[in-house]
Amino acid sequence: MKIVTNMGAANPTAAAEATREIARNLGLKGLKIAAVTGDDVLAYLLEHDLALDNGKTIAALGNSVISANAYIGVAPIVDALRAGADVVITGRAADPAIFLAPLIVEFGWAMDDWTRLGRGALIGHLLECAGQITGGYFADPGAKDISGLARLGFPIGEVREDGEVVVTKVAGSGGAVTARTVKEQLLYEIHDPKAQPDVIADFSEVRVEEIGPDRVRVIGGKGGPKAGLLKTSVGYVDSYVGEGQMSYAGPNAVARGRLALDIVRERLALTGVRTTETRFDLIGIDSLHGPARTRDGDPYEVRLRVVGRTDSLAEAQRIGEEVETLYTNGPAAGGGAWKVARQMVAVASALIPEAAARTAVTIEETSHP
Amino acid sequence: MKLRQIAHSRTGDKGDTSNISVIAFDPKDYRLLVERVTAERVAAHFVAIATGPVARYEMPNVSALNFVIEGALSGGVTRALTLDAHGKSLSSLMLDLEI
Repeated sequence: MKIVTNMGAANPTAAAEATREIARNLGLKGLKIAAVTGDDVLAYLLEHDLALDNGKTIAALGNSVISANAYIGVAPIVDALRAGADVVITGRAADPAIFLAPLIVEFGWAMDDWTRLGRGALIGHLLECAGQITGGYFADPGAKDISGLARLGFPIGEVREDGEVVVTKVAGSGGAVTARTVKEQLLYEIHDPKAQPDVIADFSEVRVEEIGPDRVRVIGGKGGPKAGLLKTSVGYVDSYVGEGQMSYAGPNAVARGRLALDIVRERLALTGVRTTETRFDLIGIDSLHGPARTRDGDPYEVRLRVVGRTDSLAEAQRIGEEVETLYTNGPAAGGGAWKVARQMVAVASALIPEAAARTAVTIEETSHP
Repeated sequence: MKLRQIAHSRTGDKGDTSNISVIAFDPKDYRLLVERVTAERVAAHFVAIATGPVARYEMPNVSALNFVIEGALSGGVTRALTLDAHGKSLSSLMLDLEI
C-alpha cells in the first residue's frame, strides 16, 4: 500500500518529518517517506511582474503579497514513486496529479500518451473530493435519498491499463455509487467540457454505466497536449472584515429584524465607520439568493447579519460592536449576539511557465533497528 | 413544473465564476432540458445574483447541461462578504426554476 497526498500544504518537508514521527511511534521500520517541494514560487513572482486574474498585477499588490504556490504536475510525484517511496507528500499540486502519477508508474504510460493521460486526469477529477462521488453532497430527502451518510464510504477507482475506470467503495460502508452520483461529480467545477482550464482532459464524450451495486464504469475520456503553464495561487492581504449577528423569534420577528438592520445601518453612518462594502442580511429571508426569492409567510425566527469590509482591524471591530449594542438599544427580545473581526487573506491566480517551479524530491527512510 | 422534478444539480466555483450542472433524472427528459433551460432563461433567473454572461454547454452523453455563470460570487470565493461565498447553494436556486 502506498500513499500519495497533498497534505504537506505550505510545508511538505515538515509534514514528512511529522509522518516519520508517526511511523517511528508505530514501529514501522524501513518506510520511505518523500517530500515534494518546489510549489512555493513566491520568489519567481516577485521578480516577474505578472498579471493576475483579478485585473491587478503583483507589483500593484506590493507588500501585501504573502504567498505564491504553483499547482505542480505529476513529474516529481512519479520520480518519488519510481525511487521507491511508500508515502509521497506534496504541497500545492494539481488535484488530478496525485491520482495520475501512480497510474503512470504502475502502467508505464508515456508522458505524451494524451488519451491515457486525459483518462487518468478524469479519474483524479472524479475521485478527488472525499465522498462527493459516493453519495456525499447529493442527498435531498424524498427526491434523492442516500442511506448511511454518517459512515460514508470513500471512493475506490479500479483502473485498467487503457484508463477505463470502475468507481466503487468499500463493501458495507454508507453512501451509494450510482450513475447519478458519478454524473454530479463529473460536472463538478468544470467549464467547457472540451477544454478544461486547469487540466489537459476532455470530458465531452464521457459516458457512465451502472454495472452492479455501487459499481459505475466511466469511459470515453480524452486528452490533449498540455499548455506548459502552471496555475499559481497568490495569497495577499486584501482587507479587514467585521461582522455581527443577532436573532429574533416569534410574532413579528421579521419586522424586528428589519428594524434592527435599519438601526445598525444608521449607527454605522452616524459614528463614521469607514467601509468599502457592506451587507445587511436577514438569514432565513434573503441572505443567500436575495429578496426576490422570499416565500410568502413569516418564518418563526430570523437571524440578522451585518458584515462590512474595512481598511483596518480596529475599524472592522466597530461593526460587530454596533450589532451587539442591539441588546440594550435595539428592538425587543434580540438574542444570541455574536461578533467577529478578522484580516481577509484573498487569493488571485496567475499562470507561470512550468520550469519556474523548481520541484525537488527528498526521500528519507525510517531507520532499521 | 419546477426543474427539480426532472433534474438534479451541483455547483462548483472558480474565482468569481460559478458552474452549475443540470442533469436529467431520466435521459428521455434531456431534450426538454435543452429546449426549456436556455442560457437566456438561466441568466434571467440569476439576475439578482450574477453580473456576467451565462454560457451553456450540452453533454448529451450524460443527459446533462453545464452552465458557466460569470460574476456570480460577489467578486470571488476568497474575498466575498456573502454568507455562502462559494455559491454552493446556487444549485438549489437553479432547481427552483419554473419550466
